[in-house]
Amino acid sequence: MKDIVRGWRHIPQRYNLIGSKCSNCGEVNFPKRVICPECRRKGKLEDIKLSGKGKIHTYSVIHTPSDDFKILSPYIVAIIELEEGAKITSQIVDCGEDDVEIGDEVEMVFRKIKAEGEEGVISYGYKFKLSK
Amino acid sequence: MAGIVGYGIYIPSYRIKVEEIAKIWGDNPAAISRGLVVQEKSVPGPDEDTATISVEASRNAISRAGIDPKKIGAIYVGSESHPYAVKPTATIVADAVDATPNLTAADLEFACKAGTAGMQICMGLVDSGQVEYGLAVGADTAQGAPSDALEYTASAGGAAYLIGKEDTIADIEGTCSYTTDTPDFYRREGKPYPKHGGRFTGEPAYFKHVLSGAKSLFEKMGTEASDYDHAIFHQPNGKFYIRAARKLGFTEEQYKTGLLTPVIGNTYSGATPLGLAAVLDIAQPGDRIMAVSYGSGAGSDAFSITVNDSIEEKRELAPKVQDMVADKHYVDYAVYAKFKGKLRMAGLTED
Repeated sequence: MKDIVRGWRHIPQRYNLIGSKCSNCGEVNFPKRVICPECRRKGKLEDIKLSGKGKIHTYSVIHTPSDDFKILSPYIVAIIELEEGAKITSQIVDCGEDDVEIGDEVEMVFRKIKAEGEEGVISYGYKFKLSK
Repeated sequence: MAGIVGYGIYIPSYRIKVEEIAKIWGDNPAAISRGLVVQEKSVPGPDEDTATISVEASRNAISRAGIDPKKIGAIYVGSESHPYAVKPTATIVADAVDATPNLTAADLEFACKAGTAGMQICMGLVDSGQVEYGLAVGADTAQGAPSDALEYTASAGGAAYLIGKEDTIADIEGTCSYTTDTPDFYRREGKPYPKHGGRFTGEPAYFKHVLSGAKSLFEKMGTEASDYDHAIFHQPNGKFYIRAARKLGFTEEQYKTGLLTPVIGNTYSGATPLGLAAVLDIAQPGDRIMAVSYGSGAGSDAFSITVNDSIEEKRELAPKVQDMVADKHYVDYAVYAKFKGKLRMAGLTED
């Protein structure tokens, strides 16, 4: 039950990349912050819907995943620098390890993240694919 | 009168060829390809299901329409492969397109025609002034039992239609349906694969309903085949589609654009909506389109549609059907079996 509630709370960020932007210094954070790490108490944070477009900052190929992700193996996990400046860790889908290079442009897609067994809740959210 | 304000599509990028499936079961691939008029079909990735396909198609429809998603007052997702037996796919779509919370939403099921049923419901809500925009999605990750004839065609994909009154790219001039209780294809609760009546799915089921639905529409609109520039039909395989089109008096020029099953298979609830999208991708202002869906069980929804001037500008705002048809990579039967959850795995949680 705890997992269901936690997943439900994360729906805005997982479905629609809702992060935060400090209107004092302009820094964008994802996941969203409660306090601006730069401006501290002077900062004023607002929700921002990130565009879902960015570049691969770095990546790794996962060959030994946990059981939950074995069906995807081998798969690529990248740190992506979004257009707005925030960095985000995500799987890169629909491509092989030879197709990916640092600096490649990527865009957000909506995918199944995991299912809690055959009878549990299914979590959905962002992943990224190479832009055409 | 209600019309189409935007449309969006999604087809998974994986494909499997008829030859690859035939090899496993000792079938003759040339005979199957010729008989069904199918060369390959789309396969959903292991992290794709009806919800993810519906969300991608709906986001594309909203991008194309250029409307504020908060103005969507109703979302219906038609599918026979909803991820949950109880818990709507439509709420996942509603939150993912940022249309929540002031809207109504529900899942629909009518074999392969639940997507067009959603379009009709949205038309009613829009025409009666209950909602400004309604979003109707037809999407499936269809299941065919291993070695069954359906395995050669059952594929994945979907399309979403945003229905409204203002700034339409195409107007729906009229719609009508033809429905009877005909158990030609069904899946009982909790069973992984559907059953079908073999040849019974043809004349008394598909052809009776598609042809009757189309003829009812001709009568209602005072039209005939030659009045339309394009025609789309449900396409469980290429053979049924072409035969239905010819029986109604349509020429290859009229029916060829909407026929996608040879290259992506039967996307079930997505099939007629995707065929219509392929036509809207290339249609000229003023073109008239006839679209007739079919859902086993059984019924057909027929639509008469006229294309407006704004199609030319708006169709460039989201991916087109042929872009996604061409964006593909092939998998072999082993990977297909893994992606489709046909392997029994020890203690793992993926379906």
